[in-house]
Amino acid sequence: MREFIDGAEAIARGALDAGCNFFAGYPITPATPIMLRMLRELPKVGGIGIQGEDEIASIGMCIGAAMTGAKTLTATSGPGISLYSENIGMAIMGEVPLVIVDVMRLGPATGGATTVSQGDVQFLRWVTSGGFPIIALCPSGLADCYTLTQHAFNLAEKFRAPVFIATDKEMMSAQQSVDTATFEKIQPINRVYASSAEEFVPYKIQHLSDTPAFAPVGGEHLIRFTTSMHDERGIITKKPASVDHKGRHLAAKIEAHRDELEFVKHDPQDGAHTLIVSYGITARSMIQAAHNTRANGKRVSTLIVQSLWPLPEKALRDAMRGITRVIVPELNLGQYRLEIERVAHARDPRPVVIGINRVDGELIEPEEIEAEIGD
Amino acid sequence: MDTLTHSSITTYRSLERPKYPFCPGCGHTLTNDHLNAALVQLQLDPRKTVVVTDIGCVGMSDQYFDVQAFHGLHGRAITYATGIKLANPDLTVVVLMGDGGVGIGGAHLLNAARRNIGITVLVFNNLNFGMTGGQHSVTTPHGGRTATTRGGNLERPLDICKTVAAAGASYVYRGTAFDKDLPARIAEAVQTPGFSLLDIWELCTAYYVPNNNFSKGALLQTMQGLGLASGILQRLDTPELARAYREEYAEQRGKPVLPPSFIEKKYASALTATTRVVLAGAAGGKVKSTASALALGGMYAGLWATQRDEYPVTVMTGSSISEVILSRDEIWFMGVAKPDLLAILSPECLSQMTSQLRAMDETQTLYVVPELAQQIQTRAHKIVFNFDRAPIKKSLALTATAAMVRHANLFPLAAFREAISAGQPAEIAHENLKAVDASEFVI
Ligand SMILES: Cc1ncc(C[n+]2csc(CCOP(=O)(O)OP(=O)(O)O)c2C)c(N)n1
Ligand code: SF4
Ligand SMILES: [Mg+2]
Repeated sequence: MREFIDGAEAIARGALDAGCNFFAGYPITPATPIMLRMLRELPKVGGIGIQGEDEIASIGMCIGAAMTGAKTLTATSGPGISLYSENIGMAIMGEVPLVIVDVMRLGPATGGATTVSQGDVQFLRWVTSGGFPIIALCPSGLADCYTLTQHAFNLAEKFRAPVFIATDKEMMSAQQSVDTATFEKIQPINRVYASSAEEFVPYKIQHLSDTPAFAPVGGEHLIRFTTSMHDERGIITKKPASVDHKGRHLAAKIEAHRDELEFVKHDPQDGAHTLIVSYGITARSMIQAAHNTRANGKRVSTLIVQSLWPLPEKALRDAMRGITRVIVPELNLGQYRLEIERVAHARDPRPVVIGINRVDGELIEPEEIEAEIGD
Repeated sequence: MDTLTHSSITTYRSLERPKYPFCPGCGHTLTNDHLNAALVQLQLDPRKTVVVTDIGCVGMSDQYFDVQAFHGLHGRAITYATGIKLANPDLTVVVLMGDGGVGIGGAHLLNAARRNIGITVLVFNNLNFGMTGGQHSVTTPHGGRTATTRGGNLERPLDICKTVAAAGASYVYRGTAFDKDLPARIAEAVQTPGFSLLDIWELCTAYYVPNNNFSKGALLQTMQGLGLASGILQRLDTPELARAYREEYAEQRGKPVLPPSFIEKKYASALTATTRVVLAGAAGGKVKSTASALALGGMYAGLWATQRDEYPVTVMTGSSISEVILSRDEIWFMGVAKPDLLAILSPECLSQMTSQLRAMDETQTLYVVPELAQQIQTRAHKIVFNFDRAPIKKSLALTATAAMVRHANLFPLAAFREAISAGQPAEIAHENLKAVDASEFVI
């Protein structure tokens, strides 16, 4: 059965079905529709939704709430992500589960409030100081908005880390007919809670790549949370061994689980020598282009990247088997193409990588991609 | 507020870290001891007591207490405290921040007071930044010498108490770390349901004291000299936010969350090729709602549909343009660089239609209101609306679109009629249907 909805609705449904019970945000086009829905709906599930005085306060409230055990969501656009930056670092450092939607609009700065863009792709990767891994999912349709949002919550819980949903103005505000009955509901995962029977050490782990068990502020255990470099007891430290352990742990807890973090939709065609790789709204131009190309009797393979970060390297490598040309359409000047080139360079024979890029605020036309596919 | 009844707690200080890290004579030591005394007096459950610290020397304090300890970013302690209190109103939340934190996080302080969120803020106000080497802060007195005001501070200090009082704080107190009754005042503040703040003046023995020949006596003199009152400066009994929110929204609990609204196929469409339609008009011309009806009508006729709307951020003026795609197949690409059907309804949108008009050719159709028919040059097949027998001016978009639905045979008009009536109050539905009926002679 079909409905007529937009991406904001699909993300809000995904968040609420994943168990989200706290939202704080600050109005900004084109992310506001998510906030409006969350503030309206959360009281119905006994949750809390609030408009902060600015983006810094909004993400700060989310972090505080998350540490009491809440499943939190916030949504903004590029200018707001800039203001979130320092707190995103704190969420990484303190190991806070948190889902952040970036509804990309044309940058830099205030840029184009109602103009579609995919210009934040590398910004999200390196969004805060220190240089640690980030998880970012990217929906290219309404079903994705719903499903990937639930995955984002589950990953945030599982890895106690901020998780991004990178989307854009068109995905959020265009209404589309969609068969919502076929939307995939994911079993919610909750963070692992520390046993109340044992002594609690806030950041104690067995292996570097483990995620520490969680105890809520206000629960049975006394917790120590700090934005500063700390040891496993949550005590501020400069001891090289403790500092090294924490830094490597923050990287390993994500890097060692890259298999679980690869989300792609690969549509290979036998005998195709061209692979198109795209993500988000631009993946839809790609699908249309591939459809038209195949209808003309030519061959082409496609791959939609649903998890931008960490880079789904294995899936990309596999998809490049037998491929001589890789086309990467995106609404920026080639930010993701850099990553694809890195993977392509490690292959023998090495496929050529071609970018199709627009930063004029318009979508990439399927014909522009078809023209690059060649024979 | 949770209190322990079984055994009394003699200290909330950490047994593992009995010695504070502060310089000898630092006021932070005194204020933390007063906080401890207040907690002992209140006998709060340490598990339900949260100390949130800001950055600075004061920011090290939480590690010296055995309570829920939370150390956040510079200036942002109040935001975490607000999130904690909103999520769990049963907790006692105390923020420890410096005068530096007040400066960088001023917006949060103001808004916490204004919202009346039930947290207690202790400002460890030592008139300068201790941790970074004695630079001036928002409370450094006029003339005060600091690392960044060598010749004496030219700026005027902020009256923190007056500021939060004006913003609506429930409890406001000013004093010094030397006040004997500070534990009692802190306890009072903690027991206040709404937002409470204590501005506690202190000595920074490493910087402000040597730079200004400062002392306890000078501290009191400075306060008096600036005309700043001390003691309890405000007590109000206004609703606390975390509880007020729960009371306000209690009746929402259990209502259906984002319930689906399915659109059933009831009609058949003769449409074969994917059709990209643009309705271009003026703000207030019901362009967007008409486009919705067009998309929904298509869905009633079993088609897939998308809709994108373009309008200036100042929504009630200028152009309003909506793009609707109708197709037998799922729609991937949502752009409409080259419309199959373009309806131009008013001059406001003209400047934005240039590239689409240029892209259109003989296989496509332009529908246009009579007053613009002459001035628009296009290769597309041009059809001029005739509204002589369609008197309802304010529903022009509906009438024109209905005429287009008929003319292009997109889907049965009954589907469009159903779409414009669905969910509308009877009166409006009636008006809308009249506008659609009027479309019969428009083309
Ligand atoms: C965003 C940011 N800017 C600057 C700093 C550096 N910094 C650390 S402490 C501090 C000032 C602290 O002064 P105050 O709040 O008065 O605390 P005190 O040290 O006097 O107790 C500053 C500016 C920081 N940690 N974060
Ligand atoms: S520098 Fe100043 S504020 Fe910091 S511990 Fe020393 S005396 Fe206290
Ligand atoms: Mg200070």
